[in-house]
Amino acid sequence: MTVANISVSETPLVLYTLRRADDALILGHRLSEWCGHAPMLEEDMALANMGLDLLGQARELYAYAARVEGKGNDEDKLAYLRDARQYRNLLLLEQPNGDFARTMVRQFLYSTFADLYWRAMMRSGDATLAAIAARSEKESAYHVRHASEWIVRLGDGTEESHRRAQSAIDELWAFTGEMFAADDSERGLIEVGVAVDPAGLRAPWLKAVSEVAREATLDLPGNDWMQQGGRDGRHSEHLGHLLSEMQSVPRSFPGAAW
Amino acid sequence: MPTPNTPLWEVFIRSRNGLAHKHVGSLHATDATLALQAARDIYTRRGEGLSIWVVPSNAITASDPAEKGMMFEPAESKIYRHPTFYEVPDEVGHM
Repeated sequence: MTVANISVSETPLVLYTLRRADDALILGHRLSEWCGHAPMLEEDMALANMGLDLLGQARELYAYAARVEGKGNDEDKLAYLRDARQYRNLLLLEQPNGDFARTMVRQFLYSTFADLYWRAMMRSGDATLAAIAARSEKESAYHVRHASEWIVRLGDGTEESHRRAQSAIDELWAFTGEMFAADDSERGLIEVGVAVDPAGLRAPWLKAVSEVAREATLDLPGNDWMQQGGRDGRHSEHLGHLLSEMQSVPRSFPGAAW
Repeated sequence: MPTPNTPLWEVFIRSRNGLAHKHVGSLHATDATLALQAARDIYTRRGEGLSIWVVPSNAITASDPAEKGMMFEPAESKIYRHPTFYEVPDEVGHM
């Protein structure tokens, strides 16, 4: 790494926006890793498309975070010049792709949440966030449908696909609790109607996820112990590897253009 | 790579209201729902469509290229079948 990290003044609105932007960028990057490697051409395209949806969401959110912060940072600096401790994404989204079933389970658990989240954020008192949410919700609605159809086919498919889908759910389940947590910084924004209260989304999320899982003959784990830390920059080892690859060009060749 | 038992589907897209669905290509998918999703992801990425049809390729009965003499050549010499042998009154306007 030859370029220093930027520092970000994480006022509540900057931090709130940055967390959503990091979610979208990290999952979008994970999906882009499938490009050229998916089990079939059709899914290769689908995963890349969805990765681009997420990248678009990330760009709008970073641009807004930079504007609110007003310290001369921009979307590229926020994406490329922060290290793992400065990233605020959910731990779920940085987990490695694994096999196709694991990627689909991660996609299913998150996009079901994201769609509810965007729908709630469309009523935000912050007009920019409400507009970003309205655009993103159309994308996440399709991501939910795409992932849900695959969960049903993998779970209720062959013995092997069922085994892989079930083990992915078992392994990723502990990362789902973080989606519904809010800290003091976020609670202040929830009270003034800017941020979404994620706790209220847990019941509809569980209902939606359970219905698909039932059709897929998959069991949702009973364990309630949940991992957390991503929102505060305490990440799993995987994020550092992801960032070192994603940031290698801008770190080595600052301002490079083609 | 698609396994040999992944069926092939033909994709038809209607780009605007009032136009017919037009064949745009094919894809592999295990069933109709996934075929429709894949068609959306592959063939409408640049805003090409308002409506998609997917049809199992094996549901299409095609003419045999080896029979094109019998099938199509007899029509080539029947120019009187083109509606160009009468005057269109001006009041009809654009047809």
